[in-house]
Amino acid sequence: MYVAVKGGEKAIRNAHKLLAKRRRGDTDVPALGIDQIAEQLSISVARVMAEGSLYDESLAALAIKQARGDLIEAAFLIRAYRTTLPRFGYSLPLDTAKMLIERRISATYKDLPGGQLLGPTFDYTHRLLDFKLAADGEVDLEEVSMSEPETGPVPRVTELLGDEGLMDADVLPEDDAVVGDLTREPLGFPADRDLRLQNLARGDEGFLLALGYSSQRGYGRNHPFTGEIRFGAVEVEFFAEELGFAVTLGTIKLTECQMVNQFAGSAKSSPKFTRGYGLVFGQSERKAMAMSLVDRALRWEEFGEECTAPVQDTEFVLSHSDNIQATGFVEHLKLPHYVDFQAELELIRTLREEWFNAHAGEEEIQEAAQ
Amino acid sequence: MTSSVRTVEAAPDQSTESQYNFAYLDEQTKRMIRRAILKGIAIPGYQVPFASREMPMPYGWGTGGVQVTAAILGQEDTLKVIDQGSDDTTNAVSIRSFFEKTAGVKTTTATADASIIQTRHRIPEASLREDQIIVFQVPIPEPLRFLEPRETETRTMHALKEYGLMHVKLYEDIARNGRIATTYAYPVEVNDRYVMDPSPTPKFDNPKIDEMAALQLYGAGREKRIYAIPPFTKVKSLDFDDHPFEVQKFERPCGLCGAANVYLDEVILDDKGGRMFVCSDTDYCEERREAGHLGDMAADPAAVSLTTSTAGQDAS
Amino acid sequence: MTAQNFTQNSSSALAPGFDTPVVDSQSCFRAIMNAMARPGQTQRFTRAPLDVPAPLTPLAAAIALTLFDYDTPIWLDPDLMESSDALGYLRFHTGAPVTSDAAKATFALLTSPRHLPDLSTFAQGSAEYPDTSTTLILAGQNFSAGPSVSLTGPGIRSAQGFRTDPVSGGFWQQMQFNNTSFPCGVDVVFASDDEIAALPRSTKITIAES
Repeated sequence: MYVAVKGGEKAIRNAHKLLAKRRRGDTDVPALGIDQIAEQLSISVARVMAEGSLYDESLAALAIKQARGDLIEAAFLIRAYRTTLPRFGYSLPLDTAKMLIERRISATYKDLPGGQLLGPTFDYTHRLLDFKLAADGEVDLEEVSMSEPETGPVPRVTELLGDEGLMDADVLPEDDAVVGDLTREPLGFPADRDLRLQNLARGDEGFLLALGYSSQRGYGRNHPFTGEIRFGAVEVEFFAEELGFAVTLGTIKLTECQMVNQFAGSAKSSPKFTRGYGLVFGQSERKAMAMSLVDRALRWEEFGEECTAPVQDTEFVLSHSDNIQATGFVEHLKLPHYVDFQAELELIRTLREEWFNAHAGEEEIQEAAQ
Repeated sequence: MTSSVRTVEAAPDQSTESQYNFAYLDEQTKRMIRRAILKGIAIPGYQVPFASREMPMPYGWGTGGVQVTAAILGQEDTLKVIDQGSDDTTNAVSIRSFFEKTAGVKTTTATADASIIQTRHRIPEASLREDQIIVFQVPIPEPLRFLEPRETETRTMHALKEYGLMHVKLYEDIARNGRIATTYAYPVEVNDRYVMDPSPTPKFDNPKIDEMAALQLYGAGREKRIYAIPPFTKVKSLDFDDHPFEVQKFERPCGLCGAANVYLDEVILDDKGGRMFVCSDTDYCEERREAGHLGDMAADPAAVSLTTSTAGQDAS
Repeated sequence: MTAQNFTQNSSSALAPGFDTPVVDSQSCFRAIMNAMARPGQTQRFTRAPLDVPAPLTPLAAAIALTLFDYDTPIWLDPDLMESSDALGYLRFHTGAPVTSDAAKATFALLTSPRHLPDLSTFAQGSAEYPDTSTTLILAGQNFSAGPSVSLTGPGIRSAQGFRTDPVSGGFWQQMQFNNTSFPCGVDVVFASDDEIAALPRSTKITIAES
């Protein structure tokens, strides 16, 4: 009987005990260490950091463990923790040209300054289950011959195009311009690109992937080429007012994607290449690429394009990208709604009674006529 | 490659909640919410945008109401939390224990003893007093949202007081069904100006918010809106001259306490059509039974199981 | 010289803020909220008064500490602007940026409300966002002086009598006009030594025949 939710206190306590038991699983199997998760499930960790909007590998690993591997639940744990942290200020803009690069590829040039560096990637692996990994113990790790890492800045492809005047220049904000922050001010519409990018960077990987894909299939097509994807470590600097200079807080790993989009020009804008941008915590290429496709699609107004597809609809995209919000509201349907349902029950009974009365009458009339 | 993973401090004995500020929220967040509440009160029925925070419970599960309660709550307060009219539904229990842990405030199930009542989907049957505050959890604060999904559009409609769309919708209901087919979240007009969603309470509760003595605060966390109705404010349920607003009527009184003119839950007793109707407001029902009122099914075995399971509700 | 005088006169020693910030600001907020929800009814602030540099008053300072922070540009009247101690106190304890443009202020704090500028010079909010208006805080009020007005509207059961002093010459006419711009317009909070009252833009004001 549904009224069994009465006595809820005890039921909740028991449910949480059960959850802890299930989380641990068979106690004959060793418990997972946070370091194991952080080291060996680093792509999951990256996703939780990106969608949780907090760069901390160990906390993300802890969240994954606590969430039994549910990555959205883990990102939620991180968000709820993040919101309680004191805010000291904003870092200086990151310079990805100074990235210590682990992987860098361009699909637009065969070779380019700084070179192509395949790095750690699933690309070109054959997706055959590797049963050696199923065996306990260490896997033989072959020596990797590494080329000398690039020293000095590695220019971004979009800058090379920009030097030739072929790339639409990003408008730099005024020095005293305040960059929007949707964690401090509720998102309003229309939303500028700073807020859009922040929203997408925190957004659900699956949602962005589907939207980006839809643009490739013709729903708001924008002719993308992967100008470049780079992954590596970047220094985070903070300008300390009391010292009068910038200090390095540490390094974070980032994936950056610059999509180069063909643009034939419009009444508003000359023919040129245009840019879609993606930047995500950790190694997260799928998300960075999808983000850059969606970013470009959302720029339709700047270039005088028509808005015809879901991926171009700023309010639609930004209002539904956050999986913490989405999962909360979808899952709230689990909560009791029996007061409202009672109201609907009463209405549907009345409507049915009226409908049958009306139709019974019709049949009688028809019979009488025959 | 060196590992950047640091060790997370293990803290097996530390209670998680004790590390947080009074009522969980930091003071800056409380100030931001308090400012939004003041604007909401000054502009009755208008939805004030606020920078809703991520809470340690999911969006859609009362984060708006919880933030409002946390921003107004003080050590002197006595808090009551209900969901579906009942203090003992799972989410009400969870939110009440959140405030017990993070604020250490007194809690109660008795409507009359509460200074703040946080609710989802119901308003208590007993009239609220001037010294009480009722906080509503709101899922979708925009009454026009299901007619027009775009915030940019609905904001303009509110600015221009252009509510034709809502009247058309209600009128279409009448044309199709012979009545307005909205049974909960029934739209109201506040102080002759803003059309407002009273949250998904059944329309049965709409008359209670008109000229209510208590201050009403509404919090929508996911949608980042706060709105309010000050005490003694005119709140009119939308209707037409030839189809005046009317509330649900139940054919019988509460099976447990015999109360009439209250909102009832339908409880299914078996798979042969057996059912009983009982007060949705469990505190109201208990008080009546204690005062000696008995419904026609009070002696039924099903009724006994309903009433005894509510006994051990001391919050620990 | 008493110890209290010493702290007030010394510009190097900053006067302290709330003793127990969490409790004091909650208590002050509830008084402001109740005042805003019941226009014209005074609400007592019962916590220990702050020791603040003139021309700030203890209760006006408590309201400032409760509501201001770095997200809220504030406008201060000339009397306050001239007091570096008062300015320093507000800056240190609230972090609120001071603006000279009344139309950009989230709050306006006035310790000489007799010289209150015309209400229309403050932010009125827009039709889409009427909440983006200025809330005025008038310090040093006496709720048993000044002309009587009668109030009706949200928060008031039938009619509420109200009087306060000092306010500017055209204040009550401006407040009447303010109400006609609803939902735009300013809201006003009045602070005496230990009581708070408020007039939101929703209140209709009738000035008694004199």
